[in-house]
Amino acid sequence: MRPIRTALFLLMVALVAAIGALPAAAADRFITVASTTSTEQSGLFKYLLPIFERKTGIEVRVVAVGTGQAIKLAEKGDADVLFVHHKPSEEKFVAEGWSARRFPVMYNDFVVVGPAADPAKIKGLKDTAAAFKKIAEAKAPFASRADNSGTHLAEMEFWKAAGIDAKASSGQWYRETGSGMGPTLNTAAGMDAYALADRGTWLSFANRKSLEIVVEGDPKLFNQYGVMLVSKAKHPHVKDADGKAFVDWLVSPEGQQAIAGYKIGGQQLFFPNANQAGA
Amino acid sequence: MAEIADAFAAALRLIVGLDAELAQIIGLSIRVSLTAVVLAAIVGLPAGAALAVFRFPGRRGVVVLLNALMGLPPVVVGLAVYLLLSRSGPIGFLGWLFTPAAMVVAQTILIAPLIAAVARQSMAELWAEYADELRSLGVGPARTIATLLWDGRFGLLTAILAGFGRASAEVGAVIMVGGNIAHVTRTMTTAIALETAKGELALALGLGIVLLAISIGVNAAAYLVGEATRASEASPA
Repeated sequence: MRPIRTALFLLMVALVAAIGALPAAAADRFITVASTTSTEQSGLFKYLLPIFERKTGIEVRVVAVGTGQAIKLAEKGDADVLFVHHKPSEEKFVAEGWSARRFPVMYNDFVVVGPAADPAKIKGLKDTAAAFKKIAEAKAPFASRADNSGTHLAEMEFWKAAGIDAKASSGQWYRETGSGMGPTLNTAAGMDAYALADRGTWLSFANRKSLEIVVEGDPKLFNQYGVMLVSKAKHPHVKDADGKAFVDWLVSPEGQQAIAGYKIGGQQLFFPNANQAGA
Repeated sequence: MAEIADAFAAALRLIVGLDAELAQIIGLSIRVSLTAVVLAAIVGLPAGAALAVFRFPGRRGVVVLLNALMGLPPVVVGLAVYLLLSRSGPIGFLGWLFTPAAMVVAQTILIAPLIAAVARQSMAELWAEYADELRSLGVGPARTIATLLWDGRFGLLTAILAGFGRASAEVGAVIMVGGNIAHVTRTMTTAIALETAKGELALALGLGIVLLAISIGVNAAAYLVGEATRASEASPA
């Protein structure tokens, strides 16, 4: 009998230890924000959130995925706040009642990066659609996010403007990575491909190899971010008071100033524009 | 090549200068994986032993299924657990999504079949040896299982370590149900995924080396404990 008892005893001890090891997550005051890889991987949140947390005592937990997936998370009720960058999708989110209102927060811009050898000869062009057309004509490798992220949706609009059906060449010169901005840049660096990137992620990206910016400054490369509090009417468990505090702070003069203060190598990454009409 | 040298330098810096953030990440990884191993062992070990001992209709099917489940892709488990724990899912009211509890659930599901399958294998060998004796003594089913588990405990260590290895090494499931939230659900593997995404390859590989070092440490400790216990039992005082 003794070994059995010892085994049972050990099992009990293990069970108690296991339960004790489970962190008590419920006691903390926190909100969950569904956001994009660009805001996380550019380092903005790491800089911004501690400022907000110190002021309010509200912990902000960011789940950083593509804009498409972030919207899905919010619709399922798995986030209190949605902070993404694709205005048409955001307006649809509000129109469908998932949030009462969208607030513009800030913008940065997209850049087209490519190998220094520039096989498609697009360096210095100011018209992104024209550059995309030349990439397609040269059949130069292009790495696409292909993940329904804000950056991917913006890329699709440029292909449309260029009159190119890039997806038809998928697997040839058009490479769909189906992954985040960083992994896609890693892929582009590895195969000397062009790619569309948000400037924030590009600036903080460390594995550029021969990649450099080839097209920038086109007004169409503008990249607007918006924030929305998830509707309590749709999801009663949403922490709307603390979520609202975060949204309000982002668009307040203090939050806007904090966003403007984030720099890498002296370069500002995001430009606050909460008060700009139509943003 | 320079990157690999940088990675070892980064790993050394990480280990020597163990900063609070890394310590937290390592602590969370170990806590989550150990909890999952304990829970999976509680289910998996007796289930494996029972499969080795009892004959029932459909037993072969169960064994094949169990062996197949050992190869369950983590991302599929992650997706299933996400849908379960989502606020729109059947047990979303628990509020476990994007917490360490969700990662424990995913890892437990991932490794329980592995622990059960490896345990079944080693219990089957032991059962071949014990079957006649236990039957002739008229030992009941529960005690039979308990006796086998106890006498075969050293063999079961392999099952448990294999489970711990798979749990601590996987990224697909924990990143989906944990969300890779800094200071909350960021583990060694999700931190490696994040640093890779940022193009910080040396740092990412450095974290990988730290993970490997921890894994070696856990396995060495288990081995030594096993040896010591066996030695003390072989020569009773």
